[in-house]
Amino acid sequence: MVISGLKLKTSVVAFFAAVPFLAFANSSQDTVAGHAEPQSAVAHESHEAGHGHEAASPKEKINAHIVHHLQDSHEFIFFSNEETGEHYGFPLPVILVDNGLKVFSSSKFEHGEKVAEVDGNHYKLFHGKIYKTDAAGDLKLDAHGHPTVEKAVDFSITKNVFSLLLTSILIFILFAGLAKTYKNGANNLPKGFGRVLEPLVIYVRDEIARPNIGEAKYKKFMPYLLTVFFLIWILNLIGLTPLGINVTGNIAITLCLALFTFFITQFSANKEYWGHIFWMPGVHPIMKVILAPIEVLGIFTKPFSLMIRLFANITAGHTVVMGLIAIVFLLKDKLTVGGSVGVSMGLTLFIMIIELLVAFLQAFIFTMLSSLFIGMAVQEHHHEDHGHHEEEVNDEIPVI
Amino acid sequence: MEKLINDFSYGLFFWMTIILVILVILLAKFAWKPIVEALNAREEGIANALASAEAARKEMQNLQADNQRILQEARAERDAMIKDARDIREKMIADAKAEAQTQGEKMIEQAKAAIESEKNAAMAELKSQVSGFSLDIAEKILKNELSDKASQTSLVERMLDDVKLN
Repeated sequence: MVISGLKLKTSVVAFFAAVPFLAFANSSQDTVAGHAEPQSAVAHESHEAGHGHEAASPKEKINAHIVHHLQDSHEFIFFSNEETGEHYGFPLPVILVDNGLKVFSSSKFEHGEKVAEVDGNHYKLFHGKIYKTDAAGDLKLDAHGHPTVEKAVDFSITKNVFSLLLTSILIFILFAGLAKTYKNGANNLPKGFGRVLEPLVIYVRDEIARPNIGEAKYKKFMPYLLTVFFLIWILNLIGLTPLGINVTGNIAITLCLALFTFFITQFSANKEYWGHIFWMPGVHPIMKVILAPIEVLGIFTKPFSLMIRLFANITAGHTVVMGLIAIVFLLKDKLTVGGSVGVSMGLTLFIMIIELLVAFLQAFIFTMLSSLFIGMAVQEHHHEDHGHHEEEVNDEIPVI
Repeated sequence: MEKLINDFSYGLFFWMTIILVILVILLAKFAWKPIVEALNAREEGIANALASAEAARKEMQNLQADNQRILQEARAERDAMIKDARDIREKMIADAKAEAQTQGEKMIEQAKAAIESEKNAAMAELKSQVSGFSLDIAEKILKNELSDKASQTSLVERMLDDVKLN
């Protein structure tokens, strides 16, 4: 690296902090200026009907913007100009299962403003979801503003799927490259970026897998743990870039990850694990009966906590960062332009640095707890000295 | 909660599952297996190298101790040898001295005996020569003295006087 460490760090932080701010600027400035939504009549009406009130106030618009950012999308928009109604980005393929596969570009929706007609079927984009509708695009909204028409079975390559694919390819290139350096013998040390990756792999092995799963069995779970660790971490980091990607803040992603840990745990569990769940050894028979349902519940709450933790942390992070950026527009009148920009930049910079830490921390915690759960399931118990063993187990219970 | 469930995207879940499975399999085969194996191999190599270095160090220490011991032994042997040599030398000197002494005494003894016998022989020869000379002289004197009557008588008288004196 030619750039010195400090300079690089500073520029990275500045980049993270400043650019989403720029990307966000266009739409919100327009919002404050009080321009009417330049969307088409149908979309406008449906939006209004959905919320039942004017969406012109800056606060409402900012909230809508944040909600929209947190959601998945069928197109990749970097920034948009609400004044002209122009969006800068690219469409992504839509794949629907509706009497066979229907594949078409999301540009057909024209950013949700139009009804897409494919093979005689009509589809309409509403709040990030595709609904089957008629030629007029009537969603038959109920009193709460929810469409009553059928939702299309959607297997589209959405923004999140697209980002996920890109990240996966990136991870594969990075680590296949690292693996290649060892081809000429194990003592051939990696060069360049591999020098950063190798200690991380060692970190996952020595700090996460080995102590939690145990020396004898950790190797079998290394591929999963390493993949999950780097996938979550890099997705979290990409979420901090101004590209506006929010993959790990999506409950479908975290559910999938948590289910993987859940199934791996259950399928690798040994007899003793099930014994500890259904018939806890070393306690009174009445307690065994009481403990069984609690332990059974525990099987499911563990992965559930994994799912919620990652989802909530990333969602909260994105919401806070976007909210802090919105200070510029909300407090412009009270603090003047310079003041509000200064306050916003300062706070966003501060939160961004914390988010960088959180990005790593959440990847670490997810992997760490996954390996802990797997470790509990594959652990060899010794019933002879159960009193000691209980103490050991208590020590291992995570504090996070 | 209702919003979460409503927003749940089955498509995204589906793709995530597929991508994750493929990613785990691909990375396991092309990345994690070689990386983890290489790391383990390297660590084992380092551990082995350290162990052999330690063994070499110990061997070195043993060798050094051996060397020290051998050196000390050699030194002790040398000292002993020097001491032995010194003893032998002293003994030899003492022996030689004693030998010389006895030899000398013996020689002196012999020399004394030889001198004595030579002296005796010389004395005996001297005696015989002296007696011979005496006889010769006596003969000559007698011849001389007894050439006339008077002198023969005086001589007899003188001799008789001498005898008387004796």
